[in-house]
Amino acid sequence: MSDGPGVPGGADPSGGRLERAVDVLVVGGGPAGLAAAARLAVAGAGRVEVLERDRAAGGVPRHCGRGGFGGFTGPVFARRAVRAAVRAGAAVRTGAGATGWAGPLTVEVTAPTGPERITARAVVLATGARERPRSARLVPGTRPAGVLSTGELQQSVELFGLRGGRIGRRAVVVGSDPVARHAARTLRGAGVTVVATVADRPYGPRLGGGPVLRGATVVELVGRGRLSGVVVRGADGRTGLLRCDTLVFTGDWLPDHELARSGGVPLDPGTRGPSVDPGLRTSVPGVFAAGNLLRGVEPAVVAAAEGRTVADAVHAHLAGAPWPGPGVPLRAEGALRHLSPGRLPVGPAAGPAPTVLLRPAERLPAPLLTVRQGDRLLYECRVPALLEPHRSLRHPAHWAVDADPTGGAVTLRLAAEDGTVPV
Amino acid sequence: MSVTRRGVPPDTPAPGGAYDVVVVGAGVVGCAIARELARHPLRVALVEASGDIGEGSSKANTAILHTGFDAVPGTLESRMVREGGRLLAAYAEETGIPVERVGALLVAWDEEQLAALPRLADKARRNGYHRTRPLSAAELYAREPCLGPGALGALEVPDEAIVCPWTTPLAYATQAVRSGVDLHLDCPVEEVRPGGAAEPHRLVTRRGVLRTRFLVNACGLYADAFDALLGRKDFTVTPRRGQLVVFDKFARELVRHILLPVPGALGKGVLIAPTVYGNVMLGPTAEDLTDKAATGSTAEGLAALRAQGRRILPGLLDEEVTAVYAGLRAATGAEDYRVAAHPELRYVTVGGIRSTGLTASLALGRHTVELLAGAGLELGPERPLAPVRMPNLGEAFPRPYRDAGLIARDPAYGTIVCHCERVTLGEIRDALASTVPPASLDGLRRRTRARAGRCQGFSCGAAVRSLFEEGVR
Repeated sequence: MSDGPGVPGGADPSGGRLERAVDVLVVGGGPAGLAAAARLAVAGAGRVEVLERDRAAGGVPRHCGRGGFGGFTGPVFARRAVRAAVRAGAAVRTGAGATGWAGPLTVEVTAPTGPERITARAVVLATGARERPRSARLVPGTRPAGVLSTGELQQSVELFGLRGGRIGRRAVVVGSDPVARHAARTLRGAGVTVVATVADRPYGPRLGGGPVLRGATVVELVGRGRLSGVVVRGADGRTGLLRCDTLVFTGDWLPDHELARSGGVPLDPGTRGPSVDPGLRTSVPGVFAAGNLLRGVEPAVVAAAEGRTVADAVHAHLAGAPWPGPGVPLRAEGALRHLSPGRLPVGPAAGPAPTVLLRPAERLPAPLLTVRQGDRLLYECRVPALLEPHRSLRHPAHWAVDADPTGGAVTLRLAAEDGTVPV
Repeated sequence: MSVTRRGVPPDTPAPGGAYDVVVVGAGVVGCAIARELARHPLRVALVEASGDIGEGSSKANTAILHTGFDAVPGTLESRMVREGGRLLAAYAEETGIPVERVGALLVAWDEEQLAALPRLADKARRNGYHRTRPLSAAELYAREPCLGPGALGALEVPDEAIVCPWTTPLAYATQAVRSGVDLHLDCPVEEVRPGGAAEPHRLVTRRGVLRTRFLVNACGLYADAFDALLGRKDFTVTPRRGQLVVFDKFARELVRHILLPVPGALGKGVLIAPTVYGNVMLGPTAEDLTDKAATGSTAEGLAALRAQGRRILPGLLDEEVTAVYAGLRAATGAEDYRVAAHPELRYVTVGGIRSTGLTASLALGRHTVELLAGAGLELGPERPLAPVRMPNLGEAFPRPYRDAGLIARDPAYGTIVCHCERVTLGEIRDALASTVPPASLDGLRRRTRARAGRCQGFSCGAAVRSLFEEGVR
């Protein structure tokens, strides 16, 4: 059950819980976790262990058959990431799930070899994100079979080989982001007709396969046993029934923050991922967080880059560097949906300008970005680009040195060209 | 003993004979009746229109094990809930059905409701329940620190409990089948040809004809329609829809008791209750409908629930929603059940079991068997039922994924498949091989919790489906 070097020990024959110690425990074997583990192992961080709960490591790219993963398809990207971590000397364990905490840096684990308690000098949380399911979207109607997320759809097709009628015959895709296009492509590749894509935003990237209903929403699911249709309200306010037996809810990503939260790791109110500084340190000494756990979804290459970033901070921590203070919190305002990291060291201690990822809530042509601390304007700039809600803007926070470490929260605000905030 | 899902159901276990009793409807009440009958040397069949037991209102309720403190005193319902509650609590302990006696608080939000509390305490006494206790506002907030502002006081009912509504009918059905009852699923009854004095009734089902000497109607929402097949028109079932919202497990720490509304002039209000799976439930709505299949949720219903939930427990709405569902109570216009024996027809109707059926089920089982005996069924000697021990779905009790000894003996219990709910390969395998196996992914969910968590299958859906369709290798 292990892709990496052998796991020492096994279930205690007395039936007890195995207690083990490692130097770095990485929870989650996706792009961020694997990149962190590879870099740490290369740097000689001692025993670096990755826990992947699924049967194979690699994370979401494993079941994204398309390209666009740093020049590779998802599965190839995933395999290369696993290989890099293993070759570097990290232990990549699969089928091993972290289920809770037994101490500040002690994680409870369930594996086929038995339950364990693993204590680490540093814990990196890289548990990824998930799509908000139908129930949490509060879409009314019946609860028929045939309603799924992109994650389930892609696993069904890429990992379990389901085709055609095993999935459905006529599908409707819900979503405005590129992931909606990927879901439609997966469906068509599996021989399922895509009846329509229902995109709540009136604009957005090209969405494929069948008509795209922009500015429309699914207002009711119909069908007993199996889905038989969805009631859609169009941009003009009129409703109609789309007959389909399959409905895929895409996007609307949520950080999978269960382990972070159950360990008392404070969350960022904007992203609902752990609150971190530019070194991706959480507020709990020794606990780090990286990848899409931080804020819903960014591309796999961004998550992997964060894995490398967190590795450097972990390495410094293992070498005895003091745990930095919290820094000042960053708050998103106006048409800025959220940002990460959500805390920065500022003033003389700021160091080189950290990059902040800004995620707009709306399409914004050349918006105005203002940064304030209290009444003080730290920075103002017209962003010379069209921002889209499915992409983040990388913002180098050169203004951090000018902020007051005791001055409280720094507010970042995006506003449309004319200064108003679109609704 | 057998479970059939297709083909002509065996007309009778003995050629030339007939069943002694056929119970129609395998909801929680029908399953309890079949189990009670299985104590006796009788040939019994439990016949169900859908593909699984507990598929109707039994799977979509508030999952509360009531004391019966607020029943209408003197009714059959009052007695059945009181007796059934005690019986089910003991049965749950014996068979491993998760129950948590968290207690209930009837929270008063205005003077009128506060004034109603002593009357409710008095009503509880008339229902044979003597352990209610008034709580001041300060005591209430000490008990429930996350309660919204403005509550004036409460009445505590310490013995109200939460129970697993999925395991309960499954335990009854499992025990009934293991004790000799035939369970015929996907077997809707389309016509009844009543027998004469010496002739058995003939039940024309979609799968063939069943013959039986005695007949029990446990058809829930369709009890009136089944009565009509025997020419009886004693009541009409009006489905009363209850929509419910289940919140993420992170909401569990917000609430310690079942928070009940005080019934008043402004309607019944909604409750907030923990679930044995570690979630928090908000609901139900109460909408009188005509369509017995209208188990959908509505935008208006969900908005109303959220508005009420926000007032009772403001932090609740900050958490994600895990599930939304709607169930239909079998209301009949009477403030009581509609249970009647028709000796001339060798027929018992167990109808109008609105909202308290889960709690009352075991008492209704006993009561129905007494009515059958009164109608002429010779029960014969009583024998012990086959023992059952159900897999634990409760968060407050040991689960396999943490059991070192179990995993050492069988690594399948250390292989988590559904990560949100920590359901292991071993538990899924066991459910698929169980006495009454699931017929659908929803059935598997109700037996294991697989896919019942916050991700709703994003992570594990394809894997669980593969295990269900291909089997556990």
